[in-house]
Amino acid sequence: MNFLRSAWAWFDDRTGLSAAVGPIAKHAVPPNTATWFYVFGSATLFAFILQVATGVTLAFIYVPAAGEAYQSLQYITNQTTFGRIVRGIHNWGASAMMLLVGVHMIQVYLTAAYKFPREMNWISGVVLLALTIVMGFTGQVIRWDQTAVWSAIVASEQAARVPFMGRWLADFIIGGETIGGATLSRMFAYHVFIIPALIFVFIGFHLYLVIRNGISEFPKAGDPVDPATYREKYEKLVKTKGIPFWPDAAWKDMIFAFIVITTVLVIAIVIGPPTLGPPPNPSNIDALPVPDWYFVFYFAFLALMPPALETYLMVLGPLLVGLLLFCLPFISNRGERSPLRRPWAVAMVALVILTISGLWAIGIVSPWSPRFHAEPITAEIIGADSGPIYRGGMDFNDKGCLYCHTIDGHGGLRGPDLTYIGDRLSSNELTWRIMNGGLNMPGFGGTLSNQELTDLVTFLKSRTKKPAQGLPAD
Amino acid sequence: MSDKTRTSECTRRQFFVRLGIVLSSAAGALVAIPIIGSILEPIFRKPPPKWRPVGVLGSFTEGETVLVKFIDSSPLPWAGVTAETAAWLRRSGQSDFIAFSVNCAHLGCPVRWIAGAKLFMCPCHGGVYYEDGSVAAGPPPRGLYQYPVRVNNGQVEILTSPIPVTTA
Repeated sequence: MNFLRSAWAWFDDRTGLSAAVGPIAKHAVPPNTATWFYVFGSATLFAFILQVATGVTLAFIYVPAAGEAYQSLQYITNQTTFGRIVRGIHNWGASAMMLLVGVHMIQVYLTAAYKFPREMNWISGVVLLALTIVMGFTGQVIRWDQTAVWSAIVASEQAARVPFMGRWLADFIIGGETIGGATLSRMFAYHVFIIPALIFVFIGFHLYLVIRNGISEFPKAGDPVDPATYREKYEKLVKTKGIPFWPDAAWKDMIFAFIVITTVLVIAIVIGPPTLGPPPNPSNIDALPVPDWYFVFYFAFLALMPPALETYLMVLGPLLVGLLLFCLPFISNRGERSPLRRPWAVAMVALVILTISGLWAIGIVSPWSPRFHAEPITAEIIGADSGPIYRGGMDFNDKGCLYCHTIDGHGGLRGPDLTYIGDRLSSNELTWRIMNGGLNMPGFGGTLSNQELTDLVTFLKSRTKKPAQGLPAD
Repeated sequence: MSDKTRTSECTRRQFFVRLGIVLSSAAGALVAIPIIGSILEPIFRKPPPKWRPVGVLGSFTEGETVLVKFIDSSPLPWAGVTAETAAWLRRSGQSDFIAFSVNCAHLGCPVRWIAGAKLFMCPCHGGVYYEDGSVAAGPPPRGLYQYPVRVNNGQVEILTSPIPVTTA
């Protein structure tokens, strides 16, 4: 024990470590910052460290080559003792990081901690948010299966909508004019070298700013920020009432980090990593590239925006959101910080959360996607096993109607449910609609024979709530 | 030491500081050329398109639309299965063929040919195209792209092309 103590004394004397780090760790923070509301920034940092550790571990086995990456992922998942868990932690850790970045941002916005003098804290945080999003996307692409390949194509198609340089950007993203050997190597370089390096730099900067400007005191209503006096007031506060960050405030951060990390670990063990899809073969078109859950709201946004505006929304939308976030501290960097006095800020957060959850809920269902694997309707549902109604029902299965319309729970959600269509439309109206299409329905005038059309209309006309045709209505 | 070495405007030390800044910036700029050049190269490398055989003439039935697979124009040796690509090919006459890109003109997802409905349907955001590739429903801003296709010595051949992107 004595030896260890004197060894440490020697080491500390020669390196000056405790003199350098001690004051930073023990710097005084306002007493009311030691609240559970302030743990999300540090939790994000811990989630990032978890990502670095598991990412490096995966890099021990993963082969970043277009032709072999898929096999190496299968090997990691199925043939190693811990690989499945490490991949699981890396996947759910990414989810945790996304979630925590979002919560941290909301927390900072609600308490207006971005106001004077912490404008650069906010801006460096916005840069970190953008980098985290790019990590999420590139991570999904280097999970090199079928969905990954098509996600890369979808991303490059979005970039292609940028005026003038669209084609260049598209080629830059997939590393050429087609998906191929270059695509994965480049995504790997972004995901493990370029973006993490930038994240390290900006986390360093972000933390440096936290020390320099101090952790913001928990806001009180009626105590506005005035740039002329704020620093003096803050100095006085921490000098008179401050508590040392380490250990008095930091223990909550550590306990919350423990909760986050163990939660991720448990999910990684119980649920495991996302299942690998089919191999990354661009000629296999039986694909539906839905992104991971944290991007599903954007996937829904892409599907739902009005086609006439989509180029503007796709290009300018993210740019505008980024710019708004970036400029926030310049729009208002003084005045009230308490959410109690900033009802519009609270409303804004509520609106964003509602919008994202709404888009997310729709994105999960994706009613606009044709259901290629819908169960065909049966003779039992049709209510006949021969004759025009039966033939019409079979046409409903075979002519693609089923992919977009539901009858008795079978089929897609793109168009209206046709279970009781016979009560709503006449035979003439049905014929007209099938022939010409309308809204988002193709016209089938050129594809159906007269016989098929008549059968289909007869079948649809028989879809009624009433038990049988010919009986008087209630 | 050296304030006495002042010549006209610039001391000896100032001169060397400036020289150091200029030289190290020059070194940085020089190595940046091959670095940035390497990273941007894929944008400017345009491999010449190649005619790829996709089957003998007799194997295609008139009026039928089938998925054909072929290899990109000049795949990297380690591309593996990612070198493969596909197109929807229809024999429209004795020796007439029409080849559609599998990429939806909306955001590039793979469209499927639904033979019964004679429609191409996209799973992602619900784009639908008629038999001739024109838009039938959904968000696509234009019809399906087409590939050049020819019959050469009894072989049907498709000209490899970049993944078609819809630009603003």
